[in-house]
Amino acid sequence: MPHLRAARPPRALLVAAVVACALAAIPLGYLLVRVGSAGFEDVLAVFDRPRVPVLIGNTVLLAASVTLSTVAIGVPSAFLLARARLRARAVWTVLAALPLAVPSYLAAYGWLAALPWMQGFWAAWFVLTLVAVPYVTLPVAAALRAGTTGLDDVARTLGRGPLAAFRLGTWPQIRPAVLAGALLVCLYTLSDFGGVALFRYQVLTTAIQQAYGASFNRDYAAILASLLVLLALTVVIAEQFARGRAARQFGAVTGQPRQRRVRLGQWTAPAVVLLAVPSALAVAVPVTVLVVRLFEAQTLRAFHPAELVAATGNTVLLSAGGALVAIALALPIGVLAARYRGRVVRAVETTGYLALGLPGIVVGLSLVFFSLAAVPALYQTAFVLAFAYGVLFMPKAIGGIRGATAQVPTSLEDVSRTLGNGRLRTWWLVTARLARPGIAAAALLVAVTAMKELPATLLLRPTGTDTLATELWSRTDVSAYGAAAPYAVTLILVAAVPAFLLSHARAGAGELEEATA
Amino acid sequence: MRSFRPVLALGAGVAVALTLAACTASPESGSPSTEGEDTLTIYAGRNEALVGPLLEQFTEDTGIEIDVRYATSPELNALLLEEGERTPAEVFLSQDAGALGSIANAGLTSPIPAELADLIPAGFTSDDDSWIGVTGRARVIAYDGEHLTPETVPDTVDALAAPEWKGRVAFAPGNASFQSFITALRVLEGEEAAAEWVDAIAANDPILTDNNLATLDLVNEGQADIGLINHYYWFERAAEEGEENMRAQLEFLPGDPGGIVNVSGAAILKGAEGDPDALAFVEYLVSEKAQRYFVEDTFEYPLLPGIAAPEGLPSLDSLVNPELDLADLESLEQTQQVLADAGLL
Repeated sequence: MPHLRAARPPRALLVAAVVACALAAIPLGYLLVRVGSAGFEDVLAVFDRPRVPVLIGNTVLLAASVTLSTVAIGVPSAFLLARARLRARAVWTVLAALPLAVPSYLAAYGWLAALPWMQGFWAAWFVLTLVAVPYVTLPVAAALRAGTTGLDDVARTLGRGPLAAFRLGTWPQIRPAVLAGALLVCLYTLSDFGGVALFRYQVLTTAIQQAYGASFNRDYAAILASLLVLLALTVVIAEQFARGRAARQFGAVTGQPRQRRVRLGQWTAPAVVLLAVPSALAVAVPVTVLVVRLFEAQTLRAFHPAELVAATGNTVLLSAGGALVAIALALPIGVLAARYRGRVVRAVETTGYLALGLPGIVVGLSLVFFSLAAVPALYQTAFVLAFAYGVLFMPKAIGGIRGATAQVPTSLEDVSRTLGNGRLRTWWLVTARLARPGIAAAALLVAVTAMKELPATLLLRPTGTDTLATELWSRTDVSAYGAAAPYAVTLILVAAVPAFLLSHARAGAGELEEATA
Repeated sequence: MRSFRPVLALGAGVAVALTLAACTASPESGSPSTEGEDTLTIYAGRNEALVGPLLEQFTEDTGIEIDVRYATSPELNALLLEEGERTPAEVFLSQDAGALGSIANAGLTSPIPAELADLIPAGFTSDDDSWIGVTGRARVIAYDGEHLTPETVPDTVDALAAPEWKGRVAFAPGNASFQSFITALRVLEGEEAAAEWVDAIAANDPILTDNNLATLDLVNEGQADIGLINHYYWFERAAEEGEENMRAQLEFLPGDPGGIVNVSGAAILKGAEGDPDALAFVEYLVSEKAQRYFVEDTFEYPLLPGIAAPEGLPSLDSLVNPELDLADLESLEQTQQVLADAGLL
């Protein structure tokens, strides 16, 4: 990162970040308590199960392949959005963000209803790739808009071809954004349950759900969840390592941003296909299938518009609350990671990311455990659920805040400090103001994800409070797919609003890189 | 976007916080701290679309207000174990006996009064009155009606380990009812025979699913020839899609471990010991009215003697295995070990 301070971080910032980390680490603490109570022998016995190596292999294979394919689709898409001469660019940008509004379980259901033979690895890979592509496309497009093509030009004048010039000139600038997006996709795939379960692909999350499900064996579930955390930890550290090297390369880039728009010519048709197909497959197919089912269903169970309205209101409020909590927790961590280096900073950031690799049911149960022990008066209230969303999705906000803060020149902060402003006042007047679009984008990303969340919502919501996701669940669970359709369509419509703002905010915030990361 | 000003964001934040607070403070949100009022809190591990109307009828008939928390039985089971005695729930209505046994073993239930518990015949309810059976559900074979005829469908699960069924049988190894069936196999045919069957079926390239409904769907779509499920899932699906459109058909297995009858049931939780509302609710579940509701709306077997079973189903007596006591189904851990050893869990 270009704007890095060599000094030790201020104590207040460090304390705030560590407190945020401690709160975010509640699920990890819960796992430790559970695994500890299971005892060493039980832990070893888990590895005697012939199924466990299969589960780990499947999990790794799926996470790696979904990550690779989202990068393969997302980076060229981002290039088209940011650097090509495109008609109706705003429309394409919105389309690129729209799959964010579709929960993986909904996309999987839609495809399954259309093509019942879909199952196993390929089906899970296909649907997860479709819904996760925006996690790469959006931050990379932002980084491309912020970058310069000047270096490519230098390479061209030295006799390199256009691809080689891109690799030498532009790639180092967007590499951190690609890595950040890939990290999100990888963690998302590790923790996803709905998409894989519907296609009967057996991975760690399905086994965890199953262990909580039929066996009432919370220890086995906790041991599997810890394995998942170890996988997530490996991925986070690998990304930090790769980013560290990328940052050094990127640090050499200076000068005014300069951008050339590429004429597509004969490449227009393939470009349009690349931009249109993933979104159409992720959004249009499931929605169409559900609406068709709505009209085919013989017993459309009693539909109460008031219930739909109440669930929509709850969904919006709870996800907004979750976004606020996530931003509050992620701010100190993101600012620390953007400005300072060192072992402590790295540990704080790593811990902050880990919740993203945990399945919702583990986070849900850990907060049941924690809130009953620490704040019993708040148990089963909207506060605890919003807090759970905050903990679950804070990592999505960290990257965006880190990226947005890193782009604010430290020299501006220094000017403010020499004018006599305190640290906090400087942060509010200078840093926050300039990083605002990135922070807003991070909040929107958390909100859109929280709207779709199901397992933690089921465990933690106030009794009698329904969200769109829980209403959808209660209908698809008895195969009343017709009756589920209005809720599914409403959920996608409501989640499309922040997704739309996100793509829009990003277009306006072109100077920021990796704001969604 | 210029509209994302911090002040605006802060204002929105305060508004959200205030509304969340309002949500929480309102009496119908049912937080555990709202004590002293008349609302009965029920954890329902059954689907809202199926039992919701019955619970509303209960309030209408008795005037007792209820707060219902719907989720799957296993999720609520995990939640209750986590909450322990601090649970706000007063009654747990469970889809299967396993979850009830699990919270009873954890010491979280209070006894059902004998005169109530005795209404349900032994074998369909707990032997120590820690919970009460409400409805019966039979294990069945669902088969692809386009590939198979009733004559070619096995009437015992033992046959499914044969090579001719390789790759054609679907089931959910993690599902509680499936595990109950394996336990029955262990109890009825011995540990060794059960382990042999599990190994054979695991080696026969089975199609593993997450739940009964997914299993039924595979059969209904022609993806699997045989599925091991509970009988009422077929009726739920038929209600959605129309009976005449069902490709899957049912084969009941009288006398076979694969065709045992399991129950749904209810428990009064420890904190609600002696609570008249909780008792009234459990009483209601085994009343004639509620039992008829289960027969007509969810196609389950009534457990209260004297109520007729759903039309078109074999009688409950013909399915019951006299050598099996439901209490014997509690040895779940050994069953899971057998399944884990065979690579199914």
